[in-house]
Amino acid sequence: MEEPRDGRSLSRPQLGDVPDAASGSPCASIEGVFRRSSTDRVLTGVAGGLGERLQIDPVVVRLAFVVLTFAGGVGLLLYIAAALVSRKPDPDTQPPQPTTSTRQAIAIALVLTGVLLALRGIGLWLGDGIVWPAALVVLGSAVIWTRGDEATRARWLARMPRGIRDEAESRPGLRTLVGALVIALGAWAFFSSNPPLDVFGNAPLAVATVLIGIAVIAGPGIWRLVRQASDERRERIRQEERAEMAAHLHDSVLQTLALIQRTEDPNEMVALARGQERELRTWLYGRTKPGGDGSLSAALDAVAVEIEQAHRTRIEIVMVGDCPLDDGVRALVHACREAFVNAARHSGARGVSAYVEVEDDQVTAYVRDQGVGFLRAAVSNDRRGIAESIEGRMERNGGVAVIESSPGQGTEVRLRIPRSRAT
Amino acid sequence: MIRVFLVEDHELFASGVRNELGEEFELVGQASSVAQAVIEIPGAEPDVVLLDVHLPDGNGPEIVDALPDVRFLALSVSDAAEDVIAVIRAGARGYVTKSISPPELADAIRRVHEGDAVFSPRLAGFVLDAFAGQTVPAIDPELDQLTPREKEVLRYIARGYAYKEIARELHISVKTVESHVGGVLRKLQLTNRYELSRWASERKLA
Repeated sequence: MEEPRDGRSLSRPQLGDVPDAASGSPCASIEGVFRRSSTDRVLTGVAGGLGERLQIDPVVVRLAFVVLTFAGGVGLLLYIAAALVSRKPDPDTQPPQPTTSTRQAIAIALVLTGVLLALRGIGLWLGDGIVWPAALVVLGSAVIWTRGDEATRARWLARMPRGIRDEAESRPGLRTLVGALVIALGAWAFFSSNPPLDVFGNAPLAVATVLIGIAVIAGPGIWRLVRQASDERRERIRQEERAEMAAHLHDSVLQTLALIQRTEDPNEMVALARGQERELRTWLYGRTKPGGDGSLSAALDAVAVEIEQAHRTRIEIVMVGDCPLDDGVRALVHACREAFVNAARHSGARGVSAYVEVEDDQVTAYVRDQGVGFLRAAVSNDRRGIAESIEGRMERNGGVAVIESSPGQGTEVRLRIPRSRAT
Repeated sequence: MIRVFLVEDHELFASGVRNELGEEFELVGQASSVAQAVIEIPGAEPDVVLLDVHLPDGNGPEIVDALPDVRFLALSVSDAAEDVIAVIRAGARGYVTKSISPPELADAIRRVHEGDAVFSPRLAGFVLDAFAGQTVPAIDPELDQLTPREKEVLRYIARGYAYKEIARELHISVKTVESHVGGVLRKLQLTNRYELSRWASERKLA
């Protein structure tokens, strides 16, 4: 239990909370830990999270890990370390997708080169013939994969001579082409510096190289399509939800408001507003009963709605626990109904409150009004509501009914029924 | 006169409350957002803050958390369990719904001003429900369980009895009833009973 026991801990920030990436400065360091990304992930969301935190395109972060992995596995170790110190993603926030400016890209490339040279110096190295070509392939991938910063792009285009600019604007594939050339160069460098792997004399190897090349070049396009499809789906679901809510509000709340405006009788208005409130509450808080439709709470709610509409009396039910309906519990519901009707008809009170508690061995109910009350002796025997519908019904089912009332003191009907053990 | 501060973003409802407060209370300020409330409440030095649970820029519990020395009475249209429990756990001394009658509201403000707790029948029901499961042994019996007497008092509140009526039924003084309710409030705020969090989240899911 992480909660400190001072009782005021519910919304206290937890250790390691960092401000949103969106509000931090672009060069904010990783203070303590960062969150893995829930939205932008290939493996675990580590690179996505780092990218969000550092405001760098996650693609660049991923590629940096790849390059460093070639340098004696350093990248892999770093990745695992980053995964260990990161926190699980926060599903509620969706930080804006960071883009990389040219400046940032050059800076990262220089830093990576420096790190590679340093690693080469201390001997964490697979050999010049592997790491440098790999770095070239990664550079080409970076050119293809990263999302361009539109502002930088526009600035670059503006600086170019007119001919090239027109060319660049009419050829959005230019970026891909440049990237592909760099990747091809990397592949060529790899095979030419590793003579035993003669790609031209080895058909499977040649095919594999081409396939990997195509995957690297076409991957981002496919990836983007997949993401786009899932974004569209999410948006569609959101719109459907909004439409459903609008439809519901229209059918219920707006209709009721229109009715209220046309109504003259204040009691009628109150009843309409009350009925609508109950309906809206059920819908908003989705108070589906744990026991489903066949439960005590659902049955009591139904009774309350019925009596409220028929008698214009507010009925407030507080429930503790719930249970399925059986004969005894059903008798209790009927007795409650009768008590509601009596209170609504005779007490003169504005509202009736009921408290129902379900325990392991019994169900108790208290129906109370603050109305005029009555003397039991003064009620004629031919009014069978109390005697038959409440007391008789409870007794037949093995329960008890006690009615407490005196003039001016209101009335309380107390009901108790044992629960059958069979079910 | 009891100094009252109103945190409420629905002007229509706020003006209704202003009219109802009457002679006995002095309205010393009003705020319609979390940010405004946190800044203005300390300066207004109210005895009791009436607090709407849902505000445009956040929720009531944030304000309660930020101002530990102020007495809050939560006043809300919501009777959803997670709202009620959250604001009480944050430190509010009571929770009533907006359908409360003006005399009852005045009584509730007075009670919170005197340092007592105010439980609506529904809140009492929630507490009984949350503390009901006895199957899991309590970690700290002192805080994690209600005494039989406290349960009895809560049941009467849930049945709609006023403190005076409860005192008469149980043959105890009103002060004793108040101290039982205060005890329940304390347990509600201090317990880190697993059941309570689980119960609230289940209610939210249901």
